[in-house]
Amino acid sequence: MKKFLAMVLALAMVLAIGSAAFADDAFKLGGTGPLTGGAAIYGNAAKNGAEIAAEEINALGGIQIELKYEDDTHDAEKAINAYNTLKDWGMQISLGSVTSKPCEATSAETFEDRIFALTPSASSVAVVEGKDNMFQMCFTDPNQGSLSAQYIVDKGLASKVAVIWKNDDVYSKGIYETFMAKAAELGLEVVSDTTFNDGNATDFSVQIADAQSNSAELVFLPMYYDAASLILTQAAKIGYAPKYFGVDGMDGILSLEGFDTALAEGVILLTPFNADSADEKTASFVAKYQEKFGEIPNQFAADGYDCVYAYYQALTNANATPDMDAAALCDLMIQQFTSMTFNGLTGNNVTWDTAGAVSKSPKGMVIQNGAYVGLD
Amino acid sequence: MKSIRLNKTTRKNYLTYGLVIVAYVILQLMSSSGATTSTLQGMLVPICAYVVMAISLNLTVGILGELSLGHAGFMSVGAFTGVTAAIAAGNAIPSAAIRLIVGMVVGALFAAVIGFLIGIPVLRLRGDYLAIVTLAFGEIIKGIFNNLFVGIDSRGLHISLLSDKTNLAEGGKLIIGGPMGIGSIPKISTFTGGAILIMITLIIVFHLVNSRAGRAIMAVRDNRIAAESIGINITKYKLMAFTVSAALAGAAGSLFAMNYTTIVANKFDFNTSILILVFVVLGGLGNMLGSIIAAAALTILPEALRQFSDYRMLVYAIVLILVMLATNNDTFKAFLAKFKPGKKKKEEVS
Repeated sequence: MKKFLAMVLALAMVLAIGSAAFADDAFKLGGTGPLTGGAAIYGNAAKNGAEIAAEEINALGGIQIELKYEDDTHDAEKAINAYNTLKDWGMQISLGSVTSKPCEATSAETFEDRIFALTPSASSVAVVEGKDNMFQMCFTDPNQGSLSAQYIVDKGLASKVAVIWKNDDVYSKGIYETFMAKAAELGLEVVSDTTFNDGNATDFSVQIADAQSNSAELVFLPMYYDAASLILTQAAKIGYAPKYFGVDGMDGILSLEGFDTALAEGVILLTPFNADSADEKTASFVAKYQEKFGEIPNQFAADGYDCVYAYYQALTNANATPDMDAAALCDLMIQQFTSMTFNGLTGNNVTWDTAGAVSKSPKGMVIQNGAYVGLD
Repeated sequence: MKSIRLNKTTRKNYLTYGLVIVAYVILQLMSSSGATTSTLQGMLVPICAYVVMAISLNLTVGILGELSLGHAGFMSVGAFTGVTAAIAAGNAIPSAAIRLIVGMVVGALFAAVIGFLIGIPVLRLRGDYLAIVTLAFGEIIKGIFNNLFVGIDSRGLHISLLSDKTNLAEGGKLIIGGPMGIGSIPKISTFTGGAILIMITLIIVFHLVNSRAGRAIMAVRDNRIAAESIGINITKYKLMAFTVSAALAGAAGSLFAMNYTTIVANKFDFNTSILILVFVVLGGLGNMLGSIIAAAALTILPEALRQFSDYRMLVYAIVLILVMLATNNDTFKAFLAKFKPGKKKKEEVS
């Protein structure tokens, strides 16, 4: 009995150690993302990128930003809980959610609560649709699909293309549909069109064989890197070596544990961020990121970084002060984001339309010697 | 004249009703005076939905004695059909409360029909077959909803499978969009609606359990051969319990879905089924009050553990183990038993 009581008391004590006191003179910036679970690479990358930006801005001594990320495990229900936790903490401006479906759920809340949100990477259209205070730092899914088809045709990468996509995933399906539409428009021949879903995402032999037997020169993989890594591994086993083309979900494949990065050699992906860029800003960011987290930042990290800097620019331009409430900041931010031009890691002359969608140009990247290299 | 002293079961049932009402009143007072945090406020409806799920699964596992591993499948059926009905009725019924009721009733009906159909072949089997078939059922339902497209326009509802072939007329709206699930759901679920659903669930389950049918169901659970030998129609009573359980899960799913603006079929996967089974096992098989407390506590717990950040789910698991050990500890049980009024010494807590 005593032992049990002691255990309960110990637990209560641990629970009682809450978050440390925070300064009142900083803007409270909060975001949710998958920090644990299957999509954790995205959430952690966005969080780490945002952290670096916040540290840099705070070191300048002007506007102070207090950043807090909560885990949503890539689930809409948990995302709402995480969002409410942030609201209790006193969040004034939001980074939305990192992944699409959770962000659809939280964006409805930020819209209702009049908290301005800028998501680093939630790319579905429904995230910003009908919400005047919800903005995106990344392309929308449909945009990625048509840009990919355009890129393949423009660069003459292949004439016969296979597509493997995940038919129970919003992200994959969104890109697939616009890719097919654009491919038909541009006369790009899709010789193999196969699917998989959540329950059977381990064996791709049928899909790969179909692409191979139809002699596809390029396989388009609109999916996240975990499934893509299996496709690359299994295709290599049967000696099929087409060109691979991925979208931003492919980003992260090089940091996947247990994956032989040699297999990803030559994979092309369309992403707005290039860690190898000679650009001074990018180089400094990559160096800092590597020093702090021990890996090369991917696009999500850059998006997170850009979001915080975009806020910095907007807050500075609007002469906002941390004692303003969320609703007042929301109005100021809407005004700023629809009118300002932002230069960041993921693009120059980035602008937003009133719907909240971003306008910037993508960069083609190819994986060489285990690193992303710009294709242009 | 009958004794006015209520028997043990009735007393416990009234205690359960009472606690639910008290909890509702306290939370409602707290939230109207602004004493609840946003986190708790946001979790009230999902807690109600999980409580109803736990009670309904307890009917299958605890009372009927069959292991079901696909309860989230019924929740899914209820969620998708209920939301579709609520959206389709959007123009005809202006009142949100009535639309919520329509959604829950439709969800319950569809889940009941599916439960009945699944039950006919499966409940005739003996052994662990139900567990395996329900497991498969949950996955099949997930697969179906991931490939189902339902749209509404001036000509009515359009349904297609695999790809969007609904060809909606102008002004039409795609309700279920395959893997995208349902987007822009009207958020009409309320805590009051959830609390009422819990009460209705309790009334249905307690009345079923204490009826002639309920005794027959428990007889089947305790000794199938003995029950059969005295002329109890085993399949009939099993189906009855299973269908009621499915219907309640459907209503809970509908309530749950209408608390979020978006819902996807993958939410109702095997993990969710197991989560609900954990509520039931932790609360005690056949113990409805236990299910309610376990469901509420285990829904709040992961949120209360947020300061552990990455180690949150690890701590959650440790807490689960500690709770299991504690509730099976004789000293602890004896300690709890002191608070139970009118407890006879001879009785053993099982």
